[in-house]
Amino acid sequence: MANGIIERAAKSTPAPFARKIKGLSDRAIAWIFITPTIIILLAVNIFPLIWTIWLSFTNYKANRPNADVKWIGLRNYERILTDSDIWLTMQATAHFLIWTLVLQVLIGFALAWLINQKFKGNDLWTTIIVLPMMLSPAVVGNFWTFLYQPQIGLFNYVFAFLTQSDPTSFSMIGDVALAPWSIVIVDTWMWTPFVMLICLAGLRSIPDYIYEAAECDRASKWRQFWTITVPMVLPFLMLAVLFRGIENFKMFDLVVQLTGGGPGSTTELTSINLKREAFEKWRTGYSSAYAIILFVTVFGLASIYVKALNKVKER
Amino acid sequence: MKFKRLTTAISAACVAATLAPTAHADDLTLCWAAWDPANALIELSKDFEGKSGHNMSFEFVPWPNFADRMLNELNSGGKLCDLMIGDSQWIGLGAEAGHYIKLNDFFDANNISMGDFIPATVTGYSEWPKGTPNYWALPAFGDVVGWTYRKDWFNRADLKSEFKGKYGRELDVPNSLAELKDIAEFFQGREIDGKTVYGAAIYTERGSEGITMGVTNALYNFGFEYNNPNKPYDLDGFVNSDGAVAGLEYYKALYDCCTPPGSSDWYMSENIDAYKSGQVALQMNFAFIWPGVHADSNVGGDKSGYFPNPAGPGGHFAQLGGQGISVVSYSDSKDAALEYIKWFAQPEIQKQWWELGGYSALRAVVEDPGFASSQPYAQTFLDSMAIVKDFWAEPSYASLLLPMQDRVHKYVIAGEGTAKEALDALVDDWTEVFEDEGKL
Repeated sequence: MANGIIERAAKSTPAPFARKIKGLSDRAIAWIFITPTIIILLAVNIFPLIWTIWLSFTNYKANRPNADVKWIGLRNYERILTDSDIWLTMQATAHFLIWTLVLQVLIGFALAWLINQKFKGNDLWTTIIVLPMMLSPAVVGNFWTFLYQPQIGLFNYVFAFLTQSDPTSFSMIGDVALAPWSIVIVDTWMWTPFVMLICLAGLRSIPDYIYEAAECDRASKWRQFWTITVPMVLPFLMLAVLFRGIENFKMFDLVVQLTGGGPGSTTELTSINLKREAFEKWRTGYSSAYAIILFVTVFGLASIYVKALNKVKER
Repeated sequence: MKFKRLTTAISAACVAATLAPTAHADDLTLCWAAWDPANALIELSKDFEGKSGHNMSFEFVPWPNFADRMLNELNSGGKLCDLMIGDSQWIGLGAEAGHYIKLNDFFDANNISMGDFIPATVTGYSEWPKGTPNYWALPAFGDVVGWTYRKDWFNRADLKSEFKGKYGRELDVPNSLAELKDIAEFFQGREIDGKTVYGAAIYTERGSEGITMGVTNALYNFGFEYNNPNKPYDLDGFVNSDGAVAGLEYYKALYDCCTPPGSSDWYMSENIDAYKSGQVALQMNFAFIWPGVHADSNVGGDKSGYFPNPAGPGGHFAQLGGQGISVVSYSDSKDAALEYIKWFAQPEIQKQWWELGGYSALRAVVEDPGFASSQPYAQTFLDSMAIVKDFWAEPSYASLLLPMQDRVHKYVIAGEGTAKEALDALVDDWTEVFEDEGKL
């Protein structure tokens, strides 16, 4: 059968081409096919990476292409790791990352669990809940700035109504203590539906017979939740955390629209800080070192996390 | 025969079509910020199109992105802009990096004299190095930070008497920054016509240049200097002098006491909105907004007045705004672009420019006996232009601006550290920039 296919393929190959590849080994043919891909990968992935690593050891500035480029060794790395402002942006990123993940996982899972219960209007509620994630982050950031306005913002009015306080007495995006929470709230509002959908897929993948068996064994609902639902949804939940973690580590558009990184630098996440260094201050060498440090950090953390995820899946 | 005539006509048309563009009709693109004066310039430029036969296109970028977008365009050698109305602080970069063409020979050949323009605008918009007769732009739009106030509120008998009782002087245009703060404090949180109003809308924006353009109006007047006047780039003791520290503390105090809630990231457009919607008694802003305020149905006419930035204990200055018009060296239509500048420099065009809402920098226009009374804000414009001071115009302008934005915003808005610490850190940042530039 296989020989027949090969013979047919050989017959249908144009004679000049057949003559040209005649005598080439399988390995050579394989190289011919994968070489263009390798060249493209080298050009768009590997070369920029190596170039960035090289730049990170120099004082190069992209807005001064004709200026002398000096090799300055590890000075950029030293500056970054000893710069208190960089550590503040790291703290701001950690605050944002941890709280958005915690809130999105808790609320997303709770919503998924509720939606998974069969009730009237189930589909309609699912559609309504997922609406925020269909919007553009720039649009979301922009309209939340209005919602957060102390004088006209709905958020302030609702909060003031519930607490019987003055709506102009606080400014979510202008107050140093509240601004980090303002971006957590908006990101949670926007992306909790995503976590919910992944959790819902996990919940719906659990076969009913497992719960039926547990019922037969007289396991309580609480027990079923902790011994069946949570372990079986955990790989999905971890996947959602991975996706959201990566997304929020590189968060830019939403926060730029909402707070611009302020007040002060309280919401200046690393991606915003990096962009300012690279394309506003034009410290290309410095920002290359910064990018390498972030890359190594994210790559390291993601590798550890993926290993943990695989272990959970194997259980 | 008919066919022969037709072919002759077609050939003639083809020849005419081929020759016409070589004579005229270049496509020129002028790049500027997206704001009211830009619309006035479109209107004005129709005259140039009619007279020269060239076609004008305009690329206007909103202020928050203007510097980013246009400096990237220049740094990448882009051909988008033939003419650039770039910010005054870009002149060093434009000249040293070869983005702008030098205009001295062109000015000489066309009898355009820099002596015909307001001296501060020549220094601010055209010269590089500063104080030398090397011109890279024609002063195009004079601008300066000044103040707008609610004249109708200031004239209320009840408010006047209450103010006099509290401060022992008339509620009037402030003569000093201290008086300005008193007035702002007086109006803060006050109920007027059933609405809560606030003292002053000031610049606090973090992302581009906002807070720097605001805070300098306090810093200069308390004694801040960019460097040692006798030793360039010697910063310590000048940028962070006692006067400078007091100026920064003043600006923070003004922000803390007397601005509307939520105004932590405000620049030109937010201040205009706050003022026009009747939220504030005082508004800091560039003079370009005054024609719009005067024409506004809510706060315009006699309801508003204008005054220059008040003096402080260390002097009397105001932050220079405005721009010069330059020919981009990467343009393929440099001759046509120079033609535009020649046309724009004519006194009658400059007069029309003022009438359309553009602030002409030509002395023949602003020193005309009728100028000061031509608009209610004209005298304030003249008084303000007489006291201007500008930010660094070095080639490393962007690198110098960003740390100032950072340090000042962190102290004034976020309350991080002290004024002295903020300015000391700024000295370190700027020193590093000048060291990188090889100037220290």
